[in-house]
Amino acid sequence: MRWGVITFPGSNDDAQTAFVLERLLGESVVRLWHKDESVDGLDCVVLPGGFSYGDYLRCGAVARLSPIMRAVEAFAQGGGMVLGICNGFQILCEAGLLPGALIRNRELGFSCRRVHVRVEEADTLFTNRCRRGDVLDIPIKHGEGCYIADDATLRSLEAGRQIVLRYTDAEGRVTPEANPNGSLGAIAGIRNARGNVFGLMPHPEHACEWLVGGEDGRKIFLSIIAARGGSAETPAVPTSSKVLSGP
Amino acid sequence: MGWLARVYVTPKAGVLDPQGKAVQHSLHTLGYPEVGDVRIGKYMEVRLADVSRESAEVRLREMCDRLLANRVIEDFRFEIDAASVD
Repeated sequence: MRWGVITFPGSNDDAQTAFVLERLLGESVVRLWHKDESVDGLDCVVLPGGFSYGDYLRCGAVARLSPIMRAVEAFAQGGGMVLGICNGFQILCEAGLLPGALIRNRELGFSCRRVHVRVEEADTLFTNRCRRGDVLDIPIKHGEGCYIADDATLRSLEAGRQIVLRYTDAEGRVTPEANPNGSLGAIAGIRNARGNVFGLMPHPEHACEWLVGGEDGRKIFLSIIAARGGSAETPAVPTSSKVLSGP
Repeated sequence: MGWLARVYVTPKAGVLDPQGKAVQHSLHTLGYPEVGDVRIGKYMEVRLADVSRESAEVRLREMCDRLLANRVIEDFRFEIDAASVD
């Protein structure tokens, strides 16, 4: 399948995301600049982590006005798969493609460490290679990762099974200590009502090789690939099958 | 001549404000036990030219809604005064 990875000024996980997709998973990647105006021909667009526009005003507030975002919004409205990681999640919330907002971590500090997240929904485009209740070991690195939403939004997220990942301990229990940023309901990742837009604070692209401590992050990317391959309506575009290092 | 808008963006009531909490604790440490809740927001000055006062108000409200404040987590208010515009 064909992936697009967007670079905004200040993105810093774009190269790592492209590396994982191309070099580790053998996927076809188009690097997009924030001034590009089209995502035509792509199957999944990734908004990577980083500090777009220096986090000026609010994280993601300026990036969501980039020209590429008009194309991403149209793509999402048409059912295209969109993955927002960390700053990408913040941008999707600012753009209104996902509900709620991400604010300063409860403990104020920038938090850079491995955390555990429990898969709350496995019947999604982004987690179908996991089982419900699986605990993934994936790092976070953010200062503004505290997810909040009003009561009505939270209820509709619950009812619509849109909460995909929650922070837990290694055994899959939600505890205050296991919540690294104070997120409401220990929410680490959500999808939109339609199910084609997914945002998460943890960085799956930094958990795809044992060299860096684990491979749980691959499950997110492999789920998206599986979802794409399984769609009869839009068969996978044949791309180069070079697999430099298989999973 | 034009307008100078002073825009205040503040965290909504009920929204966690860890910065405010930290400053509150610091003020207590400095010997100001009377300090209650501290909330930290943003102050912006926006200069506007070639618009009527009415239009300036309407457009500023729009700017706040669309960019200057995130209505999920923040409230805003502003004051508009006549001012020179550079």
